[in-house]
Amino acid sequence: MVGGLVVLIWLIATLFPTWLAPHDPLTIAGRRLQAPNATYLLGTDALGRDVLSRTIHGAQHSLPIALLVVVSAVVIGSAAGAISGYKGGIIGAAIMRLVDITLSFPPILLAMAVAASLGPGLRNAAIAMVVVWWPVYARLMRAQVLEVREREHVEAAVAAGAGHFRILTKHILPLCWTPILISATMDLGQAILLAASLSFIGLGATPPTPEWGAMISDGATFFYSWWIAFGPGMAILTVVLGFNFIGDGLRDYFDPRSSK
Amino acid sequence: MSAADIANSNPSGPNPDGEPLLRIRDLKVGFSAQNRVLPAVRGLSVELSKGEVLGIVGESGSGKSLGMLASLGLQARNAVVSGSVVFKGQELIGRPRREMRSLRGSEISMIFQDPLSSLNPVMTVGDQIREALLLHNKNMSKAKATERVLELLQLVAIPQPDRRINQYPHEFSGGMRQRVMIAMAVANNPELLVADEPTTALDVTVQAQIMTMLRDLKEKMGLALILITHDLGVVAGHADRVAVIYAGQVVEEAEVRELFANPRHPYTRGLIASIPKLTASKEKLYSIPGAPPMLGALPEGCAFHPRCSFAQDVCRKVSPPTVELGRHRASCHFAESLPSWDDTSRTAQSKERSHG
Repeated sequence: MVGGLVVLIWLIATLFPTWLAPHDPLTIAGRRLQAPNATYLLGTDALGRDVLSRTIHGAQHSLPIALLVVVSAVVIGSAAGAISGYKGGIIGAAIMRLVDITLSFPPILLAMAVAASLGPGLRNAAIAMVVVWWPVYARLMRAQVLEVREREHVEAAVAAGAGHFRILTKHILPLCWTPILISATMDLGQAILLAASLSFIGLGATPPTPEWGAMISDGATFFYSWWIAFGPGMAILTVVLGFNFIGDGLRDYFDPRSSK
Repeated sequence: MSAADIANSNPSGPNPDGEPLLRIRDLKVGFSAQNRVLPAVRGLSVELSKGEVLGIVGESGSGKSLGMLASLGLQARNAVVSGSVVFKGQELIGRPRREMRSLRGSEISMIFQDPLSSLNPVMTVGDQIREALLLHNKNMSKAKATERVLELLQLVAIPQPDRRINQYPHEFSGGMRQRVMIAMAVANNPELLVADEPTTALDVTVQAQIMTMLRDLKEKMGLALILITHDLGVVAGHADRVAVIYAGQVVEEAEVRELFANPRHPYTRGLIASIPKLTASKEKLYSIPGAPPMLGALPEGCAFHPRCSFAQDVCRKVSPPTVELGRHRASCHFAESLPSWDDTSRTAQSKERSHG
């Protein structure tokens, strides 16, 4: 519930940032490095731009990227995992070894390497994140498919003369989505975090884009003006927390045994 | 085959040229493990004519389900199948998968033991029956299919079919689910229905309803039925002919009355003797001593000899011939010379066993 509310607020900020933001995020609104005050609720940054407005506009970059990354990772990963789990054999093993290799790298390192080789920019950061993320879903999906494949209704469908594609798409996959959905919701928060991390080290958003990671990076250079990093930091914190709450809620809903 | 009519097609009756609908000859199914093949079905031979009900009886692990599944091409990936399965004059073993697929569900259908797990939990019952129809009738329109699903639900006596059609399997009781399975199985007017323990998961009253319904359908649609079960009661009440399977082979086969009146194989006698009797409730229930042999460790000679009270030296060394006594077949060295079977000998055997 709380998670939903928090995420809803950020969703509104994503869709209609101008409703909420008191100032323009890109123009210089006032004196630089002002501490939070009545006009500039979260202060101004090194160039005199309003931190609150920039934070609100930042949602426009972080949320859609996270969504896009997770959706792409789910689609690619689930497809790979489903094929691996259903077909097995050499193809299945090959897919899983690729997954193992990808997962053996620390995600941030691999994402950095990919993003660095593609060049900075949010689009490339997103591609790098998908590369890092799909194996997680491939593994999840494969485990699910392996289990559901052996159920009797699948055998019954085979006995009724159904083909492989139909069996996989109609009789196996619809029963496999729950853990993927829960995991994807939680990962939305993680994706925002990773996107911010990439921007923080300069591999994501380029200035003057009001991206949270880039803003925190700016703030880090003006250490005593704590408010510059505070706004985007709180934004990341609340969004990640919000998505985690929703994920927990979904899990309790789908699997009542896991809640007390 | 036209899918339009269920009720008045396929007049049953003996095939004019005497060719059986299904003839399984020397079917062998083995599992390859550690560079040898473990035999699970070791030369199964049965025949079935049009409109006939064949009961296949055996203990768990005797290979009764496995043999039937393998003859429909539904064996596990590591199974090795050989022998001959002829359905309507066509050899099924070694047929391309695609052809087998189009045969399954249209001319040969199956129903399984557990109707809850055999239905897809996330598809409505109507969609599942419709799928069974559309799989084999690509040109059927949606509306036509729905009409036919309603017809089928009526056929298997599900009340309020127009409401039930949009419900999910969990909204159905066990018996109702098995009815749905049957509706799916007969959707395309099959000629052969293989029922693998169709009533094992159901309680006794529902069992009787389902069996009666299967028989009705058989009469109406003229289908042949293979009833795989370990329940001799079901076989006695509903089969025309019975094949008893032990360790992957048919050890005895006869008309149902003949089999129960005059079993010629000690294993069959043991099975019949272990049916609880209402009149003799004080005695300890008879059970065949020992357990079925392990896959890789079949005894030499007759597979049943370690558990057989009639076993002689020859049984331990030579595998028994199949003795034909009219339409009665039994694979036992002593099929002809076993003492005659009646209630007294039955009690005697059970006594001797329970005290010995």
